[in-house]
Amino acid sequence: MAIPLSYNFRNLVVRKTTTLMTAAGIAMTVAVLLAVLALVAGLQSAFDSTGDPLHVLVMRKGGNSELTSLLTQQQFQIVKIFPGIATGHDGQPLASLEVVSVINLPNADNPNGMNITLRGLATRGIEMRKLKLTAGRWFQPGQREVTVGKATAKRYPNAQLGKQLRFGKGLWTVVGIMDSGGGAVDSEIFGDGAQVASDFNRPDTYSSALLQATEEVTAAALKKSLEDDRRLNVTVMSEKEYYEAQTISARPVKFLGIFVCIIMAIGSCFAAMNTMYAAVARRAKEVGTLRILGFTRGSITLSFLIESLLLSLLGGLLACAITLPLNGVTTGMGNFVTFSETSFNFRVGPEVMAIGIVFSLILGALGGFLPARHAAKKEILAALRDV
Amino acid sequence: MFRYFSLAFKNSLRNRRRSALTISSIAVSLCLLGLLIAVYHALFYPEQTPSQALRLVVRHKVSLGQAIPRAYEEKIRHVPGVKEVTVWNWFGGSYKDARDPKNFFARMAVEPKPFFTLRSSLEMPEDERQAFIRDRQGAIVSKDLAEKLDFKVGQRITLVGDIYPINLDLHIVGIFDDPDAPLTMFFNWEYLSNALPVARRNFISIVAALADNPDDVPQIAKRIDDMFANSAYPTKTESEQQFALSFVGFLGNIKLFLLAICAAVTFTILLVSGNTMAMSVRERIKEVGVLKTLGFNNDSILGIIVGEAVSIAMIGGVLGLLFAFLMTAVVRKAAGSFMPQLHHLSITPLTALMALGVALLIGVVSSFIPAWNAARTNILDSLRYAG
Repeated sequence: MAIPLSYNFRNLVVRKTTTLMTAAGIAMTVAVLLAVLALVAGLQSAFDSTGDPLHVLVMRKGGNSELTSLLTQQQFQIVKIFPGIATGHDGQPLASLEVVSVINLPNADNPNGMNITLRGLATRGIEMRKLKLTAGRWFQPGQREVTVGKATAKRYPNAQLGKQLRFGKGLWTVVGIMDSGGGAVDSEIFGDGAQVASDFNRPDTYSSALLQATEEVTAAALKKSLEDDRRLNVTVMSEKEYYEAQTISARPVKFLGIFVCIIMAIGSCFAAMNTMYAAVARRAKEVGTLRILGFTRGSITLSFLIESLLLSLLGGLLACAITLPLNGVTTGMGNFVTFSETSFNFRVGPEVMAIGIVFSLILGALGGFLPARHAAKKEILAALRDV
Repeated sequence: MFRYFSLAFKNSLRNRRRSALTISSIAVSLCLLGLLIAVYHALFYPEQTPSQALRLVVRHKVSLGQAIPRAYEEKIRHVPGVKEVTVWNWFGGSYKDARDPKNFFARMAVEPKPFFTLRSSLEMPEDERQAFIRDRQGAIVSKDLAEKLDFKVGQRITLVGDIYPINLDLHIVGIFDDPDAPLTMFFNWEYLSNALPVARRNFISIVAALADNPDDVPQIAKRIDDMFANSAYPTKTESEQQFALSFVGFLGNIKLFLLAICAAVTFTILLVSGNTMAMSVRERIKEVGVLKTLGFNNDSILGIIVGEAVSIAMIGGVLGLLFAFLMTAVVRKAAGSFMPQLHHLSITPLTALMALGVALLIGVVSSFIPAWNAARTNILDSLRYAG
């Protein structure tokens, strides 16, 4: 027969200081894990929400980054008439030749400046990306004007509406703020393609081309036919694939975070063990009584294990409560594909919290197992005689 | 307090399992704390090697992606305080299959003669130095890179260009040892320059300069930046170390991340040891009554209990630091390749002192409240206390 759960509950309540302190120790460990997972989940969602399944990205052969890719006007003229590319309202193909570079902007976190992706493109590229303006207007062709992503505008004081940025060969005015709905474009700056290319001394060599296929099936065929074309010598990736590959940038932080968590977890396990051993020692007489009443060793082990699990569950819940305010906080992380920063929000979602709770339960089980066995192993008489 | 040290120490041996668990818990946490402090130190306050302290990096103010005119090299050479300059040009490109991150390493085009003057800490046999100066297609690789990719002197390798639309055929003429240049290949700028289209020959990404005196570095940087401030290509000049630091920002707000984890770890140990001390003291209230009856005053009792906590915390701290010391070698190996700063990771005396300081603090803070309570309880109550 099992010992009722309320026995464990009451025991935890009676020793409320010890319970709370142990739970808080577990909570800190789990909170670190949750924070790291929330960060990774946030970055992942920023990249996942970028890219249209119909879009394909054309880059130089072997290229894996728009920044180091080269694509000439001539190549683009060949690319844009390939079969499988959708046409816009005006009957022209939905293809956008783009020049990508980075500019350096300072903010409070990075007084020495952080790299931001600058993308030069024509109106066609904006139309294809289905972007919304939240303030101001789009840049005008032939003008030194930029429209910035909303995350960039928020995080970089110099990139706010009406401000001027110095790069290329002059001053560029921020005329609008755009919103891609949480995607990577929110961390970019858009300007007129021809103007950017000329300011960066590359009037003919742009970086990449974005194409919109008629259907998802044609996207794959388009990729193949472009890559097979000997005149072009290009690599083609789906836009989704390209952005997904960038989540790799969270790896060092993930690695560091999990490494730290494991070490902290070992420490917390010892602490939980300590608390449970003390609980067992204090209740030696009770254990003896329970045995006399007919509870088996198994049910006593189980009972103490459950108590430890309850303790750690409390820790896990506390950890969720600690990390919840982090949800939605904006931060940025650079990556070595675009050589620039992508802003994203921490996401403390249900999956992240579930992992945290499971992790805390594992801690509780590991910390509670030995003391529980120790309690059950005691001889009845010895236990009753204990002072 | 010290008079009763042996008593305090003996007390800590009474419940050996509990002390062992607490010490392990503190040791694990302090090992982590020591490592984190060491990482923080290595990333943000690295020790400068004497040769590093003399070097400056000049690049375009807006970003590394923008080039500066080759002519700047000569102008910088004549800035007072500058001893030597060389082109320091990032080549990028790919070696073998770029999708395998193992094949990524820094490839820099330099001018061999001034390069050797700048890199005074570089160790390489004289004949290999001469070969690098003589052979226009020559390249030298760092020892760790040679081991990683199995490069041998005499080997020929091909780098496929990306930012530069050309392929380079290089001979490896030497293998060098330089703590400041992990996983790096240097090759001759002459070779790259001659292979480039004429329009691009006159632009480079970085000029590296050597100062006469490390104290002059900030002034030289200012002189250089002032000189080009109003030109079409304004520059940003930093010490080599600041330049390297600017890449750390890429991994997100690591500074805040590390500090938050350090705080969480410290708080967790505080909870753990506070909890343990509270448990031990509670069990011994009767003894406190006995001690008082024997004539011990409140202060000595406070001292005995705090002393016990401090000795436990310090044993944990010393053990933790020993672990941390062993772990640095592991972290150096695991993380050094993607974060060159961690190549020099070590537990410095300062780091050790800080970690031990935290241990001492934890011992005192965690035991103070239970000790004070115990010392304050009057004799009769404590003798009557049932535990």
